[in-house]
Amino acid sequence: MAEDKAEDSQPNRRRQFLTALTSAVGVAGAGGMMVPLVASMAPSARSRAGGAPVEVDISELREGRMMVVEWRGKPVWIVRRSEQMLTDLTEIRDQLSDPDSTVEQQPAYAANDHRSIRPEILVLLGVCTHLGCAPTKKFERGAASGVSADWRGGFFCPCHGSRFDLAGRVFKNVPAPTNLEVPPHSFVTATRILIGLDSQEPA
Amino acid sequence: MSKFMTWVDERFPATKVWEEHVSKYYAPKNLNFWYFFGSLAMVVMVLQILTGIFLTMHYKPDSSLAFASVEYIMRDVPGGWFIRYLHSVGASMLFIVVYLHMFRGLLYGSHRSPRELIWLLGMLLYVTLMAEAFFGYLLPWGNMSYWGAQVIISLFGAVPGIGPGLSEWIRGDFVVSDATLNRFFAFHVILVPLLLSLLVYLHIVALHKVGGNNPDGIDIKKDKDASGKPLDGIAFHPYYTVKDNLGVAVMMTALLAVVFFVPELGGWFLEKDNFAPADILQTPPDIVPLWYLTPYYSILRAVTFEWLPGGAKLWGVLAMGSAIVLLFFLPWLDRSPVRSIRYRGWMYKTALTLFVITFVMLGYLGTRNPSHVDLGLLTNVTWSQIGLVVYFAFFLLMPIYTRMDRTKPEPDRVTG
Repeated sequence: MAEDKAEDSQPNRRRQFLTALTSAVGVAGAGGMMVPLVASMAPSARSRAGGAPVEVDISELREGRMMVVEWRGKPVWIVRRSEQMLTDLTEIRDQLSDPDSTVEQQPAYAANDHRSIRPEILVLLGVCTHLGCAPTKKFERGAASGVSADWRGGFFCPCHGSRFDLAGRVFKNVPAPTNLEVPPHSFVTATRILIGLDSQEPA
Repeated sequence: MSKFMTWVDERFPATKVWEEHVSKYYAPKNLNFWYFFGSLAMVVMVLQILTGIFLTMHYKPDSSLAFASVEYIMRDVPGGWFIRYLHSVGASMLFIVVYLHMFRGLLYGSHRSPRELIWLLGMLLYVTLMAEAFFGYLLPWGNMSYWGAQVIISLFGAVPGIGPGLSEWIRGDFVVSDATLNRFFAFHVILVPLLLSLLVYLHIVALHKVGGNNPDGIDIKKDKDASGKPLDGIAFHPYYTVKDNLGVAVMMTALLAVVFFVPELGGWFLEKDNFAPADILQTPPDIVPLWYLTPYYSILRAVTFEWLPGGAKLWGVLAMGSAIVLLFFLPWLDRSPVRSIRYRGWMYKTALTLFVITFVMLGYLGTRNPSHVDLGLLTNVTWSQIGLVVYFAFFLLMPIYTRMDRTKPEPDRVTG
């Protein structure tokens, strides 16, 4: 009993308070030490500088074909769509999860039926919105594509079976949650695209 | 006692520690085949550290040199192929013995009171080991290394709000790149091995505090002779050191047979796509982790229900995470009055059998294309959805069926 009282005594409570305070300051100091260590793991100045815009010449790109360029270390697809492909886009609307591009996966100028500035030229980030795999192009129509008999052409992600149409819009009932991303881009001339920069921004 | 040992013991408790943990540490006398795997796990871990040290002498953690430096080890370093294959086969071997070690726990109730902390420390070891394997798998900078890391890091992108920034922080870049490879090397060779060593130490300290379980699941410390030695206990050394040595010999024979004759084991221990260098523009046709992670990968892919609030991706990640987290709660989910399967009723026996079949099935499905039909009747993704339900039911219904189960009375002394 006598000892219990001693623990509760004024000098002891003061000592406990000081111990707790010192420990708290020590923990805060150790935590502060973690800040520069954790911060050093963020993308470095060199990685950030690697994100500059890329200019692409599309004069050689033929109808119904796709070309792949690298931007910020990610593949960017450029497709010149045919009339048939553009008509198909309107006919599969009911199979799509977000046909009107309501989720912000594109700049405002690509939030239209064909998700592009010029209807035939599609620019997409070739990174699946599920877990970042690279989908493959399946442009053949029907069973020849290996996807399904009523397939109208698009992209198929081999990792987890997500499907996208020829505007990068995601189908229903696949793992990918949103449409493929349209990167910011603009036309410098009729045949040259600048990827990574909207036209309204000063170059 | 030699003069030398006396001199040491006066300065460091060498003899005391040796007696307490080895020569006078009494383990139950009825330990069977399933009790090999703890010591085997430790042996393989030492093998991994040893081979790893020699691999780092030749390996280059630089995205432009890494792939070639692994090939250099395979072709030009004297015996380099042997060390590298020991390390890659050893990784799979470690998971084999760890899975068998964990199954032993489920079989004989080694996770039950008073051994909850041993189980929790063991589960931490298991999760840390998965991290170690994942970091290590990026290092050869093969195409599967690259895309596997890409997929797993993207999982963190599903965290609401901070997701994209978090994945960027983990990668140190907008994509998996040189920065990612360098930090994964640091994690793989120093951070995680230090953590693993600490956890192994704590796992064993906790084990030696309460004493090991045995196939009867009964306490051997309640019957002691005059000197305080348990009647059903035998000294760890020499009895179990000799037994464990036999286990090591058999396991090493199997391990070396794989290393010498089928080091890739048909793509199960080293995936075919990893023999091509990382290509940022070309995904392998099927991105799959190595076999020891595929049960959870199946669970991730099984969640395809878009109507879930927040989307299928977030719930897939949550399902995968909780599949692992549930294992931690096992000591408290199990309410059976007995520990060992020998005295449990048909309900737990059925549940455990179903669980093991499901775990193996999920593991297999994780290596297959989700839309194919490999198990007959249903697509792989449907089978994994069934597997997901069984997996979670095993844990979530455990408090009910272990209590309802008709158990047999436990014996007073171990049965041999």
